[in-house]
Order: sequence, then structure tokens, then C-alpha cells
Amino acid sequence: MTEPPLLEVAGLRVHFRGRGGGMVRAVDGVDLSLARGETLAIVGESGCGKTTTGKAILKLLEPTEGSIRFDGVEIARHSQRAMAPFRRRMQIIFQDPYASLNPRMTVAGILEAPFAIHGIGTREDRPDRIARLLRLVGLPEAAARRYPHEFSGGQRQRIGIARALALDPELIIGDEPVSALDVSIQAQIVNLLRRLQQEMGLSYILISHNLAVVSHVADRVAVMYLGRVVETAPRAALFFQPRHPYTRALLSAVPGQGVQRQVLAGDVPDPAHPPRGCAFHPRCPIAIPLCAEAAPERRDLGGGHSVACHKVDA
Amino acid sequence: MPPAEAAPLLAVRELAVHIPDPPHLLRAVDGISFDLDRGETLGLVGESGSGKTMTAMALMRLLEPPLSRLPTGEVLLDGEDLMRLPEGAMAALRGHRLSMVFQEPMTSLNPVMRIGAQIAEPLRRHLGLFRAEAAARAEEMLRLVGLPDPARQARAWPHELSGGMRQRAMIAIALACRPALLIADEPTTALDVTVQAQILELLRELQRDMGTAVLLITHDLAVVEENAHRVAVMYAGRIVETGPVEAIFTAPRHPYTAGLLASLPRIREEPEPWLPEIPGMVPGAGDRPRGCAFAPRCTRVISGCVAEAPPLLGEPHAAACWNPLHD
Repeated sequence: MTEPPLLEVAGLRVHFRGRGGGMVRAVDGVDLSLARGETLAIVGESGCGKTTTGKAILKLLEPTEGSIRFDGVEIARHSQRAMAPFRRRMQIIFQDPYASLNPRMTVAGILEAPFAIHGIGTREDRPDRIARLLRLVGLPEAAARRYPHEFSGGQRQRIGIARALALDPELIIGDEPVSALDVSIQAQIVNLLRRLQQEMGLSYILISHNLAVVSHVADRVAVMYLGRVVETAPRAALFFQPRHPYTRALLSAVPGQGVQRQVLAGDVPDPAHPPRGCAFHPRCPIAIPLCAEAAPERRDLGGGHSVACHKVDA
Repeated sequence: MPPAEAAPLLAVRELAVHIPDPPHLLRAVDGISFDLDRGETLGLVGESGSGKTMTAMALMRLLEPPLSRLPTGEVLLDGEDLMRLPEGAMAALRGHRLSMVFQEPMTSLNPVMRIGAQIAEPLRRHLGLFRAEAAARAEEMLRLVGLPDPARQARAWPHELSGGMRQRAMIAIALACRPALLIADEPTTALDVTVQAQILELLRELQRDMGTAVLLITHDLAVVEENAHRVAVMYAGRIVETGPVEAIFTAPRHPYTAGLLASLPRIREEPEPWLPEIPGMVPGAGDRPRGCAFAPRCTRVISGCVAEAPPLLGEPHAAACWNPLHD
């Protein structure tokens, strides 16, 4: 059989107490799996729970319910202390390279911190490790002595990537890693991430609202809507044979494809007050009465393609 | 006047915003010229630091002191130079003959004023409508921009609306007096993609019905491709290429435009594994190279490029390049 997945998430729920005292079901029953060396993209609009899912997998947020197996070990209920050995194996890159680097530290200080925290190497060999990281992400070694504000957005994102790579992780979660960058710089960073994946055998979870970028880098895609995965499929199937009406609408909304657009009515509902039944039904062009009553179960269509919709026959 | 011979609605001539920052001179906008016809959409595209937002602020005369004294050049709206108008006369035009929609509707709506009152305000001020009349027109505008239950939404506060609904309300305010020119600065950048599609469709419909000319400022080439008739590409404070949208997207002449289009990811059956990159980065407004500002990143650079900045040549498709493509 095939190698077991690096990451397996089942029935993940993250609920918060909202401002009005009600429960916000930010993530409400998410199943995902990620093979080694694979890139899984999680896409969806604001409030769909994609960022919360990423943070819960890294245990930066406490999951309310569900299972997270990393390399075969159940970590969903691990304490912070028990998580320590896993921390170096899973890293995150943030959207905003401006906000995620300490402005008072030099690049050398920023890149040294992971080694110091995890007690890796000696003080003497750290400059070499830092120089190696900078080379890896295409920055000059002289960058080590400078401060984050001295760099452009694209260069800062390279610093963020270098920091994520410091401890030789297996899994990197990128939360909109190229969304704040200009188009010409975006291409540089997308290519860098792909090259690093090939060279280091990394597995990626890419959280993004940008479907065009996702179509270039993902092996598989999970589409989220209001806390749930509505469709999962290999890249080509998701982009060229989408089955869920939300996925279809999302794809047709991407500008610049010259396709007939199917414009959805209404906004994404407030996650604190999701509609009954299928959360998408008020905006769905093909909804039937059942959709307002019962949330559809995920159905396997074969070939790694699954969808949660009453109107899709398996 | 026959329409074919008619002067453009907007004619911008050698507009510049040079900001003294000793020992530098930041050439944020560095002498740009373009025309915009009635009912036409011109997409002004560029990456951060290209000067596109500064251009919009200068056109609207919305720069704050001390920046407000810096713009030079001519901005002719129906032949009248906005740059020479006293502030009082300019204020009478803003929201009336020309309007602006910003990226962040929440920061440009008045948080302590009901939506309906914010739409009625320019109607009363510029068109002299009485309260009841203006309120009725405000509701009509809300219906036009697709807000459900306009009578109720007119009494809503900005914070009670979603992002997409706020942007619709902003558009209702901007278009209330049926301006001849709408400047839309990244109007959908803060919105989700399905909401972006709604808002762009709404803008197209309203433009068609009202005959408004739109200056659509965005970093998103795909948005421009679908929504503009003509395009002007800015780089480092200048327009480096301009022309009809099909020509720009199918046969770009400036290497920067070509590079931008190539690096734009597209949804394809068989995507290329590597996205074409433009090496390097945009130079700062204070350390632009002599000659063509794109030369240090350009693969087609020749000796003349570093000596002198190329003029924007060609009609209707113009490029500022000493060694253009598709020649």
C-alpha cells in the first residue's frame, strides 16, 4: 500500500464564544489529509475557517473536537509541553511579512532564535547556519546584519520563509503567503516555495483565497465554506470538473478567464449565525427544500474527489 | 459638436507630483498624460509604488498639505483645468461632476451618519434638493446599487453592513449626482472574489446606464482585462504603455507589461511548473536610475536605455521603450 499520510485531520471543530455569548463554529467538522511532499490548498472566502483550520493543525489554537494525526501520532489533545518535539517539524509562514518579523531584531537575530529556542548547534556554528538559510531563500549573506524595515515586501517574505526553514521542518503551512505581494514578486515567491519543496521534500498546506495561484502550486484542493469542506479533489478535477455549486461559482468569479460568469447573490453569512441545513443554500442556484433542512454529508466520488451536496449523485 | 470630434471628457497633461525629501526628490508621479472619453473605462494599473493612487489623489485634489501644493501639470475636465480652480470651486465639483470610490469603504464612510443621509448629502449640497426629495433619491440609489430593502438600509449605520454592502453604499454616494467621471481606486481589492464579481458587474451596469467615464485604478491585471476599454500601465511614476485592452493583453510592447502578464498565474489544464519572474524589484521613488527606470530589471536592455528615459510613442497603442516587443 501507499505510505501513510504525514497529516490526517478528522472531524476537526474549533468553536469560539462570540461577542453576544453565542458559539461561533469557525471550523465545524473538517477532514483533511496530506501526503509527504504534497501541496494541499485550502481555499475559501473570508470567514470560511481556512486560517483557523491551519492554526488548529499547528495547535496555535486549541481544537474543540476532532483528531489531528501528525506522522501517525495523535496530537489534538497534546499539551504545549508535549507539542515541543513537534513544533520544529511543523512551521507557518504568514501573509504579512511586515507584521510577523520583530522590527527590533536583525535578520541574524530573527533566524538564530529557532536554533536558540530548540538548543540546536553551538553559538559558533550559528553564523554558518544563518548564511545557509539566507542562500537557500536567495538573499545575500550581508542581509544578516540588517533590520526588517530595510527590506522590500518580497525580501521580507523570504526572511519569513528562511525562519520557517531553520529547523528543517516536514510540514509548512502558508497562510496567504503571497497575497500581500505585487504580481512580479508573487511569481518569485511562488517559484521559491516550489524549488524548496523539491529540494527539501517539504509538505505544504497553502491557505489562500487566490484560486489562480492555487491552480499553479496545489496537488489537491479543499474548498471551505462557513467552517466546512464542501469539496476536495485533485487539482485538475477541482478546476476543470468542479461538482459543488459553490466551487463552480467561486471559479467563475475569478476575473480574466473569459468565461461566462455566474454571479452569486448575497454575501457570505456571518459564521456566528450560519443558515440551517447546508450553509450555502441561501445563495445556491440549485438548492432544493431538503438543503434548508439537513446539512449534506461528504460523499466520495472516487479518484480522491469528494463533495458535500444533496444535488450531487455519487 | 459631432461626437467623433469631441474633446475628451478628461485630459491629463504632464501631471507630476515631486516630493522634496532632502537630499532626494521623490518623483511619485513623474509627468503623465492621458485622455478619458465620456462613458469610457480606462484601467490604470501598476504595482505598489508606481504612483497610481497618488495620481488619483492629485486628480481629485485630495492630497493634504503640504503635499497639496506639489502637483504640477494640467487636469482638464471638459476643458476646465482643475489644477487652477480655487478650493471652493473644486469642492463644488467633487461628488458632483467627479467622484471617487476607495478600497476601504469603512474608512471612507462616515461612521456616525446613517447610510441614507450620506447619500442625500451631496444631492442636497450640489443639486439643491430638499430633504424629502433627497431622501427619496437616496433610497432610489440604494435600490439601484442592489441593496435589499432600501428603505430599511437607508436608516442603517455603516457598521451594520457587510463589506460588499458598504462598497455598494459607497458607490451609491459617489454616483448620486450622476457624475461625468468616477475614479475607482482598488474598489474590489478588499472584497471576496464572489463579492468582487458582483461589484464589478454593478459598476459596469451603472456606467452603461449613466454614461459615466471610469478611471479604474488597480494592481489586478485580470480585473482590468475584463472591465476596461483602454489600459495605462504605470511603472515608477510614469505611464510606460497605453492602448486598447485587447492590444495590451495580446501584444504588449513594453517589456514590463509583457513581464507582468507572463507572471500572472492563470487557471490552466497543464500549468507551467515555473511562473516567469521579473527579477529584482521596483526602485524607490528617491533612487530611480537615470534613463529608463525599468532598465535594471529588463531583459531587452540596450545601450540607449540607461542614457535617456524613452518617450511614450505610438497611437493608439503607445509604449515608452527604446527596444519594444512586437515591433
